[in-house]
Amino acid sequence: MGGGSLSTIPATPSAATVPPITEDPTPPGRRSRRPGLNANSRWFPYVLVFPLVLILFGYVVQPMLATFGESVGVDGPENWASFLTGDGVARSALLTSLMISAASVLLCGVVGVAMAFLLKRFSFPGRRLIEAIILVPAALPPLIGAISFQLLYSETGILPRALQQLFGTENPVLPFSGIAGVLVVHTFTMYPFFYLATSAALTGMDPSVEEAAYNLGAGRVRVWRTVLLPMLTPALVSASLLVFMTSLASYTAPLLFGVDRTMTMQIYINRTNGDLPMASTYASVLAVVSVLFLLGMRWYEGRRSYRSQSKGVASHRRELTNPFARWLALAASLLAVVVLLAPVATIALVAFSEDGTWTTEVIPSGYTAQNFTTIFSDPDAYRPILNSLQMSLLATVGCVVVGVLIAYAVRRLDFRGRGLLDVAVMLAWALPGTVVAINLISAFSTGNAFSFGQVLIGTFWIMPLAYFVRFLPLVFRSSSATLAQLDPSLEEAARNLGASWWRAFGTVTLRLMLPGVLAGALLAFVNGVGEFVASVLIYTSETAPISVEINNRMYSFEVGTAAAYGMLQVVLIFVVMVVSGRLQNGGRAAREATKWTA
Amino acid sequence: MIDVTLESVSKRFPRAGDTAAVDDVDLRIAAGEFFTLLGPSGCGKTTTLRMVAGFYFPSSGRIRFGAEDVTNRPPNKRDTGMVFQNYALFPHLSVAQNVAYGLKIRKVGRADAKRRVDEALGEVHLAGYGDRRIDQLSGGQQQRVALARALVIRPRTLLLDEPLSNLDAKLREETRVEIRRIQKDSGTTALYVTHDQAEAMAMSDRIAVMESGRVRQVGTPQEIYHRPATAFVARFIGRSNVLSVPVVTAGPDTVTVALPGGREVPVAAPADHGLHEGGTAQVSVRPEHITLGAATDEDAITGRVTELEFTGMATNLLVDVGGGEPVQVTAIDVPARIAVGDQVGLRLPAERMWVVAA
Repeated sequence: MGGGSLSTIPATPSAATVPPITEDPTPPGRRSRRPGLNANSRWFPYVLVFPLVLILFGYVVQPMLATFGESVGVDGPENWASFLTGDGVARSALLTSLMISAASVLLCGVVGVAMAFLLKRFSFPGRRLIEAIILVPAALPPLIGAISFQLLYSETGILPRALQQLFGTENPVLPFSGIAGVLVVHTFTMYPFFYLATSAALTGMDPSVEEAAYNLGAGRVRVWRTVLLPMLTPALVSASLLVFMTSLASYTAPLLFGVDRTMTMQIYINRTNGDLPMASTYASVLAVVSVLFLLGMRWYEGRRSYRSQSKGVASHRRELTNPFARWLALAASLLAVVVLLAPVATIALVAFSEDGTWTTEVIPSGYTAQNFTTIFSDPDAYRPILNSLQMSLLATVGCVVVGVLIAYAVRRLDFRGRGLLDVAVMLAWALPGTVVAINLISAFSTGNAFSFGQVLIGTFWIMPLAYFVRFLPLVFRSSSATLAQLDPSLEEAARNLGASWWRAFGTVTLRLMLPGVLAGALLAFVNGVGEFVASVLIYTSETAPISVEINNRMYSFEVGTAAAYGMLQVVLIFVVMVVSGRLQNGGRAAREATKWTA
Repeated sequence: MIDVTLESVSKRFPRAGDTAAVDDVDLRIAAGEFFTLLGPSGCGKTTTLRMVAGFYFPSSGRIRFGAEDVTNRPPNKRDTGMVFQNYALFPHLSVAQNVAYGLKIRKVGRADAKRRVDEALGEVHLAGYGDRRIDQLSGGQQQRVALARALVIRPRTLLLDEPLSNLDAKLREETRVEIRRIQKDSGTTALYVTHDQAEAMAMSDRIAVMESGRVRQVGTPQEIYHRPATAFVARFIGRSNVLSVPVVTAGPDTVTVALPGGREVPVAAPADHGLHEGGTAQVSVRPEHITLGAATDEDAITGRVTELEFTGMATNLLVDVGGGEPVQVTAIDVPARIAVGDQVGLRLPAERMWVVAA
C-alpha cells in the first residue's frame, strides 16, 4: 500500500457524495484496498486455507500415497499376501507387534489406574513428591529412555547385577530381555496415558454422584461396578487406544532389546537391506492400522463423555490413619520415587563414566567429566548437537506458522472441508515415526512438485521436513487449545473498533494465543532435538542428529559419551518443562499437547 | 447523529436449511433514537444487530446509515461502537489501552487520544482507573469500560448486545439509567438488543418486538404495552390474558364480542383486524386491569379460583371461567377470606381490552 494517499479515499465519504440509492453492494471507491485477501469475502477462508491444504497434502497425504504406490509395485501382491497367510516374517512381525501392544495396554492400564486412584483418592506421606515426578520417565526422549532401561534392567543392567552380587548367584538375577524388556519400557513410558486420563476423570467427577449411590444403599463393590467404572470408561478407552497406537509405533524399545520381529523393526531392516517395496508394504500396513485406530478414537470421543456439571463439593482424599499403613505407604512412596528417578539418575551417572571402564561391574568404576568436554569441544562430536538444534529450529518455525494458521482455520473459520483439514493434521500425529520416514523416502527420492523438483533424500532438508511433519500436531494442538479458551468476540471487538483482519489477528488473537503457541513450539523443539525414530532412516553422515550419534556411540561402546549427549537432551527437556509451566495458560496447552506425544 | 435503515433484510445460514434467522425485516431507526430489539432467545435480534455491525452480511435486503449503503461493508469500515454481552475487553491491555484501541487505529494523536480517553473514562465514572488491569475490575466496571471504549471513537451508531445480562439485578437497574443518560448526552443513535422486556420498556424510545426472525410490532413502550399487535406480543410484554371469544358484530375500528358468561362488549381493534360476524376474535386483557368481586356481582364473569399466590405487593390468582385457559388476575386488595375453590366474579373493563392478531 505504498503511496496510498494519492489513490485512497477519505476515511468516511460524506453522505452527499454517495447517491442515495445504489444497487451496487460496494459503494464506489469503497472496495477493499487489499485485493488479494479481503477478510470479509465469502472466499476468505478458502484463500487462507488453500496453502495449508497444499502443505498437508504435499507433506503428509501425498507421501503416504507414494508409499502405498511403492508397496503395490514390484512383488506387490506377494508382499501384501505375506501378512495374511503363511508363517513368514511378515505375518509373525504383525502378530508380535499386535501382541506387544495389547500386553502394553494391559500393563499400563493396571499401573496407571492404580497410581491415579492412590494419588487422587488417598492422602499419605510422600504423595506430593510422587505427583511431582510421576511423569519423569515418560518425559525422556525415546532413545535415551530406552537406553536407560537397558542399562538398568537388562542382562548387563545395574539391577540384575546388583542382585547377583547380593545373593552371590552365578547369573544376573531377574534380567529383562526380548519382549519382556520391551514391555518394561512400554509400561514405564506409557502408563501416564492411563494415569492422566484416569486422574482427570476422577478429578472431574462429582463426588456426590458416588455419595448418591452409597446413600441409595449400594455397597462398595456395587458402587465400583455400577458407578465408578462406567464413569471412567471413556477415559480408559481413550487411554487404551493411545497406548495401543504408541506401542505399535514404538521402535527404540524393540531395537535395544533385540526384538526383530516387530513391524517397526522390519521397516528398518528392509529399508537398510535396500528392499524399499517390502519396507513400504510394512509401512502401509502399519499406517492402515494406525489410521483405523485414529478414526476409532475420533468416533469414540465424539460419542460419549461423562463430566459432572454440578459445582458440588470438591472430592476429598481419604486420610490413612492406621500407623502401620502409614509406614507402609511411606516405604512404598520412597521405593516409587527411586524407581521413577532411576532412569534419569542412571543416565546422569553413566554420563560421568570413562568410556570403556564399565564391563562387568554393577556400576561404572572410573569417573570423569571428559565426556562433556568432548561433545562440546571436538568438532566432530559437536556437529550432531549443532545439526539437531538447527534442524529442530527450522522445523519449529514451520510448525508454528502452519500450526497456528490451521488451528485458527479449524476453530474460527467456516468452510467446506474443515473436518478434513483437522483429520489431516491428526494423521500426521497418528503415523509412527518410521512410517513418516518411509513416506518421505517414497515421495522425495525423486523430485516432485512439493520439493520444487529436487531430490530431497540424502540432503539436509529431508530432516527438518520429517520433524515438521511429526511435530506439527503438537503446535496445532496447543494453539487450538488456547484458541478454544479465547472468546471470538474479542476479535470482533477489535474489528468493530476499526481494525483490519490482519491487525485484529495480530494485536488481539495471536497476542492472546502466544502462551499456548510458545508452549507448543518449545515442545516441538525439544521433541525435534530428541528425535531418533525417523532420523535413523533418513540421516546422512553430515546431518546425523544427537540421537543417531548416541546410537552410534552405543554401538562402539562409548557408553559414557552417549550418556553425555543424553544428559544434554534431558536437561533441555526439563528446562522446557519448567518454562512451559511458567507460561500463563501455556501449561494447560502443553499438557493438552503432551497427551498427543507419541 | 445518523439514522439507520434496514430494508427487507433477511439472513439465512447455509447450514440451517431453509429457515431464515432473520426474515424480511424493515426498520427505520431515527437519528439519536434509543431503539431496542426485544424478543426471546433465537428470535433473530442478535443476528440483526450483527448485520448492522457487519459481522454477518444479509442474504438479501439493504442496510443504510443515513443515505449511505453499508450492506456489504466490513465491520472495521462502519464506524459503529459495539458493547458485547461479555464486554470483550482485551485482557492483555490496561483499561486506558482498551479505550484507546479504536483511537489508535484512527491515528488520533497521542495527546488528543489521552484527553479523549480520560474524558470517556470520566463520563462512565472511572476516572483514575486507566492503569488498572481488566481482571482487577468488577463486572459493572468492566461493563462501563466497554461502553467508554465504544463511545470514545464517536461512532455513528452505538450497538449494545444484551450488555446488562451479566450484572446482578440491582446493578442492572442502576446501569440502565446510566447507559440511557450517556446515550442522550452524546446524542448517538443506539440499537439495543435484549430479551428482558422490563429493561426494554424502561430504556427505549421505541421497541421492535421480534419472534421467529420477524418483527411483530414496532412502537413506543406505551403503544406496545397497551396496544399489542399479536397474542405473542401481548404475552411477551408483561403478562396478559388472551381470550378467544365469538364476534357479534365487526366495525372498522371496534369489534363487539361476547365474553364468557354471555355479556357483549365493544372492544377496540386495529383497522386491519379482518374479523367478521360469527368469527372468533383474540382479545387481550392485562391481569392488573381485571377487578375482582363477588360471584353475584352484576356484569361479572363468574369463575372458580384454582390457584392463589400472595407476593406481598399484590396477589396473583388463576380463575377457571369454564372453557379455555384460566384467567390470570392480579389484585392489590384481596379479601383474606378468598381461598382456592371459591367462586368469584371478574369484571373485565371494555376500554382496557384490545383485539390482537392470533
